Amino acid sequence: MEVFKNVLCPFCGCCCDDLEVEVDSNRIINVKNACALGRGKFLSIGEHRLLKPLVKVDGELVETNLEEAVEKTVEMIKNSSYPVFYGFGCTSCEAIKLCLEIADISGGLADNISVVCHGPTILGLQDMGIPSATLGQIRHRADLIVYWGCNPVEAHPRHMIRYGPLSNGRFITGRKGRRVVVVDVRKTSTAAMADVFVQVKPNSDFEVLTALRALVNDLDLEVEEVGGVPVAKLEELADMMVDAKFGALFFGLGLTMSYGKEHNVEAAIALVRDLNKKTKFVMIPMRGHFNVTGANEVFAWQTGYPFCVDFSMGYPRYNPGETSAIDVMARGEFDLLFVVGADPCSHLPHYVVEKLKNVKLVVLDPSITPTVKMADIAIPVAYVGIEASGTAYRMDGVPLQLRKLVDPPPGILSDVDVLNRIVRRLK
Amino acid sequence: MVNLVKMILVSGRSLEQGLGKEEGKFSKRYIDATTVCQLDPEDMSKLSISEGESLRISSQHGSIIVKAVKSKHAPHPGVIFMAYGPWVNTLTSPETHGTGMPSFKGLEVEVEPVKTAERP
Repeated sequence: MEVFKNVLCPFCGCCCDDLEVEVDSNRIINVKNACALGRGKFLSIGEHRLLKPLVKVDGELVETNLEEAVEKTVEMIKNSSYPVFYGFGCTSCEAIKLCLEIADISGGLADNISVVCHGPTILGLQDMGIPSATLGQIRHRADLIVYWGCNPVEAHPRHMIRYGPLSNGRFITGRKGRRVVVVDVRKTSTAAMADVFVQVKPNSDFEVLTALRALVNDLDLEVEEVGGVPVAKLEELADMMVDAKFGALFFGLGLTMSYGKEHNVEAAIALVRDLNKKTKFVMIPMRGHFNVTGANEVFAWQTGYPFCVDFSMGYPRYNPGETSAIDVMARGEFDLLFVVGADPCSHLPHYVVEKLKNVKLVVLDPSITPTVKMADIAIPVAYVGIEASGTAYRMDGVPLQLRKLVDPPPGILSDVDVLNRIVRRLK
Repeated sequence: MVNLVKMILVSGRSLEQGLGKEEGKFSKRYIDATTVCQLDPEDMSKLSISEGESLRISSQHGSIIVKAVKSKHAPHPGVIFMAYGPWVNTLTSPETHGTGMPSFKGLEVEVEPVKTAERP
């Protein structure tokens, strides 16, 4: 039996890098230090596995070989007027770079899953900038941690213990000495652990954030409540924020997916900017998939833009709303969807998924998903971070190394190897 | 008895949905996690619906029948919660308002009990 130490977890944006994975005869038999979600991923790689390339013939998916699947994929890309390349939250930076090369060659659209998670965060920070930090700085120094519109207990289960209020920092140790605030529309499992819970009405975050800005700037509010929150409660929260020596605001999709979207994020950034006139305050978006941050990084360094990149004019163009995957697909302005490291049929609005009936669909995935079932071509690939190595970016923008611990099933290549074959044939 | 109530739908991650995802998108665990709707107990009384009974949720974009469960995160009157997945996305608007992002949270929906043999 071999024990791999300091393994990076390829589940959520926490990218915990202290896992111990026990491997015996090319099989993972135990995982230590992981949360239930990470452990579940490592121990389930043999389940619901896509083991052979599939192509659709007369409406039915039939097995084929890799060469034929790649050849047919290349034909589809060459014959496409406007292909959309989408996904990338669950693959390596190296694979994302190759997909962007294919999108460039084919004059298509490249977009990543941040368009349906923290896309509005990107729009907000492009307008405002973002006062941020690494998770390590927060662990060592933060005496006030605010979780706004996120529920790490269920979505990022080790966030609180590794980087948040339960972590052991150099200057502050554990829960003692730290105060925790949760702002949400429901009293979530995370809220149950907070010192202060602020329950806002749905779609009211912008108003509440703006009211907090007023209080932080010593202005009076001439109302009894804002967004369902009594002003006295907001005054208490504003005082806590100003009195903190080092505050950290972690925010989630409660801000980006509800009414206001990027304006909610802009209001949060403005609040943190105002707080920095009086104390030290930073903010970090709670990124969901383990390399969705990496997707933004690779897109930005390859094209100049972090998502929603259109190559149809022969150079990168960026205009979310026009050049975003959801909008392009909803308008029916595409004839091929090429997916890597995502399952759009489960996670996009049904209206958009219906549009896929009229176009070609190619997917690279390790497992059988609804997108695989709907595909014209499905190519099995190795699990990145378990069966293939690569680079991922943690939610705070720190790049980390994904490792190969076991071999994939026979005949199955990594995303990078499959994409390289496609690139070679396209050139 | 109220037959149809306007509510706000919030979709999001849940631990069970995450664990089910790793067991497979066609696993019982994933399907169970993504076909339940969490309601405030007062709203369940208003709808005359009990734990485990079916309810229809409708938006401008579609309609689904899912199982009702009592929320562990109440009170949140007028707000229902479902885990991310294909079912809740039947209701989601594709309109992005120029941002690229559909509205997965804070969606206006109508909720009504289903007393027939219809199942999720």
